[in-house]
Amino acid sequence: MTAAPEAPLLEVEDLRVYFYTRAGVVQGARGVSFSVHQGETLGIVGESGSGKSVSVQAVMGLIHAPGCIEGGDIRYKGRSLLDTAGRKTQRIVRGKEISMIFQDPMTSLNPVFTVGTQITEVLRHHLNMDWTEAHRRAKELLELVDINAPEKRLKQYPHELSGGMRQRVMIAISLACEPQLLIADEPTTALDVTVQAQILELLTDLQQRLNVSVILITHDLGIVAQLCHRVAVMYAGRIIEVGTADEIFANPIHPYTRGLLNATPRLDVVTERMVSIEGVPPNLISPPRGCAFSPRCAKADNACDKAQSLTDIGENRQVCCWREASK
Amino acid sequence: MTPSAREAPLVRVENLSVYFNAGRAGFWGQKQLRVHAVEGLGFDIFPGETLGLVGESGSGKSTTGRAILGRVPVSEGRIFFRGEEISHADREKNRQLSKHMQLVFQDPYASLNPRMKIVDIVAEPLLVHGRVKRPKEAVETVSRLLERVGLPPDALDRYPHAFSGGQRQRVGIARAIALKPEFIVADEPVSALDVSIRAQVVNLLQDLQAEFGIAYLFIAHDLAVVRHISHRIAIMYAGKIVELAPRALIYDRPVHPYTQALLSAVPVPDPPVQRARKRIIYAGEPPNPLEPPPGCRFQSRCPFVDRHCVQNAPPLTEREAGQWAACWNC
Repeated sequence: MTAAPEAPLLEVEDLRVYFYTRAGVVQGARGVSFSVHQGETLGIVGESGSGKSVSVQAVMGLIHAPGCIEGGDIRYKGRSLLDTAGRKTQRIVRGKEISMIFQDPMTSLNPVFTVGTQITEVLRHHLNMDWTEAHRRAKELLELVDINAPEKRLKQYPHELSGGMRQRVMIAISLACEPQLLIADEPTTALDVTVQAQILELLTDLQQRLNVSVILITHDLGIVAQLCHRVAVMYAGRIIEVGTADEIFANPIHPYTRGLLNATPRLDVVTERMVSIEGVPPNLISPPRGCAFSPRCAKADNACDKAQSLTDIGENRQVCCWREASK
Repeated sequence: MTPSAREAPLVRVENLSVYFNAGRAGFWGQKQLRVHAVEGLGFDIFPGETLGLVGESGSGKSTTGRAILGRVPVSEGRIFFRGEEISHADREKNRQLSKHMQLVFQDPYASLNPRMKIVDIVAEPLLVHGRVKRPKEAVETVSRLLERVGLPPDALDRYPHAFSGGQRQRVGIARAIALKPEFIVADEPVSALDVSIRAQVVNLLQDLQAEFGIAYLFIAHDLAVVRHISHRIAIMYAGKIVELAPRALIYDRPVHPYTQALLSAVPVPDPPVQRARKRIIYAGEPPNPLEPPPGCRFQSRCPFVDRHCVQNAPPLTEREAGQWAACWNC
């Protein structure tokens, strides 16, 4: 669990990522702040377009034109990754100490190279291993992610593997350099539920064995409940609530978090009618000045038009709603 | 609404198989490859009922829905609608049937023509069936439909791109109910939608069912949504139904090992509950649909497999009232 006195491994502060499109400037992330500590799993939940992927892509340096990091800071082990010196640091850190698992294992593996080539490439590039050593290590990595007959798999191409197997290969690649921080962006969304269960089990197991920190991005609250120590809930480009998983689920404070939990059907509970959140998320080209959720919020009034920020409301607990924070 | 046993089924599927040709293989292409999409399926759907059809990708659930609507050819078996056989209906017959049976698609972005105004999209079925002569005459009906599915009146003259995913799905639903069908195949209608929007669309489907008595074949992979909306549920695995039962029985006392694994694999959004839940995880993946094994399709992953399972495919047999499962050993 979270070790409080220790400095966080990764700190993201007031991150703003804008996309300059023909339709206007899309504010993908509008002041996102979060931190990840050694050995913890942070879940970032939100609906599509809430800015969760954009935020971690900024960490990985994957924001390309028309996107642009407009402001804020990303610090890894206390060093900024965004200033001039940081750019250099980032090149070394990224892919080695911080690595990423993408959503779609079909498109994130190169179809014209064998699995073996793609794993050994990482090892040779980052760790300067020679071919034999890299090959031996690649075999170990496949064993680590529970792939049987690794020797055979190394010679196969991605299309010869099933979706679950490909995602295991992706995980093996991301673990190749023994990263300290693993970013998993919807790692199981493209998979079937029984295969998802296998991959989630694997991630939990690896996280405990290797003591790696994980940022898990998902829209599935069930996955968060299973895997995460802490949770950050995003809405319209902002984090609107942060807390430990147990607290967020047992006692959600922000009206959006509450709405989201109510709207999620549960397998173990039968309800007569599903509870929906009326309305739709705001347009991020011209987001509301105040609380972005206020047009859909039952409790909103004029005072919600003023700018809001994440406010501490207890140990490890923050919420971005002036009404709830001032209680 | 529970169907009474005496009522005649609206849709009856008997021993349905659908194969797709997938090229040739072998010496001089002597071997015809066939994808066994669906094999030996049988079930009834009663008026006003929702049958949930659940399975993983490639299990044949969409193919089943499309076969009922005559959109893929039936290879073997028979399909009845109100007692009349429709398995090999011709073009004209299918056109007539579309008054009674409609489809709601999964992807609200791909299923609406981006060059057509909403009014024309929703009026199209009315035009096709001669209910109106010109789209103009349909404006009133279409406005009523749009209002019914919860779209603003000014939606009429706008194009699909102006709407969000949830709103587009409402347009798709308005189009499907325009002819007041008795039966709708809803093929993953909410899978592409976000959680908060999903509930809106599910509620709408349920309201329409209560109002018009529409029967649904609700195809989905999200077991929580299926539990919410369905009266009965059929679980498919690799082209076959492995279990079919009223929803309470499926969720409280699943019989088939695959159903049990599937249910236990869905994470519950409640950390203490989820931590305490027993997860059954079977290694392996579904069989190759080109060459399914002769016996039980689940044999490669099943912990209870024996020689009988490898050789003989288990038939669906009744366990409790209304609960059917296809397994030799459970």
